Amino acid sequence: MKKIKKIKIRINGKIKTVKENLNLLNIIKNFKIPLKKVAIELNQEIVDKKKLNKIKLKTNDKIEIVHFIGGG
Amino acid sequence: MVIAKKNFKSRLIVGTGKYKNMEECAKAIEISGADIVTVAVRRVNILDKKKPLLMDYIDPKKITYLPNTAGCFNSKDALRTLRLAREMGGWKLVKLEVLGDKKNLFPEMIETLKSTEILTKEGFQVMVYCNDDPLMAKRLENSGASAIMPLAAPIGSGLGILNKTNIKIIRNQTKLPLIIDAGLGQASDATIAMELGCDGVLVNTAIARAKNPFTMALAFKNAVVAGRHSYLSGRIKKILMGSRSSPKKGII
Repeated sequence: MKKIKKIKIRINGKIKTVKENLNLLNIIKNFKIPLKKVAIELNQEIVDKKKLNKIKLKTNDKIEIVHFIGGG
Repeated sequence: MVIAKKNFKSRLIVGTGKYKNMEECAKAIEISGADIVTVAVRRVNILDKKKPLLMDYIDPKKITYLPNTAGCFNSKDALRTLRLAREMGGWKLVKLEVLGDKKNLFPEMIETLKSTEILTKEGFQVMVYCNDDPLMAKRLENSGASAIMPLAAPIGSGLGILNKTNIKIIRNQTKLPLIIDAGLGQASDATIAMELGCDGVLVNTAIARAKNPFTMALAFKNAVVAGRHSYLSGRIKKILMGSRSSPKKGII
């Protein structure tokens, strides 16, 4: 069986090692993040949430997942 | 109160920060009667999935979320934050707050003005946190701001309105919603803001950090209503000497 390569990405400032063949939707789902309540950036560009499954990740990609919290 | 052609029943806007927990925050908001709350955009905690979400406690379908750029110290960060907020669910009505000094939290007005122009062009309706400078308020208005939100005093200071004269001048020069943002300490400060002719006030710390946030939320609710009625009723002229209230005629 072919061994799947792993890559290092940064999610919300934390380095994570993930399988290379995953797309952004897989990653978000792995973290059980409610898609409707967040916004996502890939390398400082806002990502269309409908197209997450089409985005393949590469080493050193920076993902930011944000939501609303209490604030003044 | 009408902001960006949308009608709001309350003139009190409350912040959702600094509460002990989400339950306390949600209850205080309910008591305050506010139909707009400010919210911050922050990273999701990817390690702690059980952390309560603001949207689970305050329903954005019932209460208007006003995304805020609190914590941004330049235009780039503020624009990034609000674009993300819009992405989250189509929020176009936003509060712009670009700070310039970490200690006094005064607004950085050059960056604020620049951001207002860009956001307006991108279709945002921008309520702008600013200093109490009438000239800058005018420039913000000319840049397409949807509301002018001058500080009463530094954010979280509780000092109340420090420059009533400037607030009055801004009131007289603008037809835009004028909302006092930041620095109020007690309910009477809100009444004073409303008596100066402001359209509304935004309060966070004074309610969230009061010994009893619930009764303080009620106090602010009533204070805003009282101030508005007082302003609309037309106060008497100030005179130096006494003016009797009972007629002279018929004195025994």
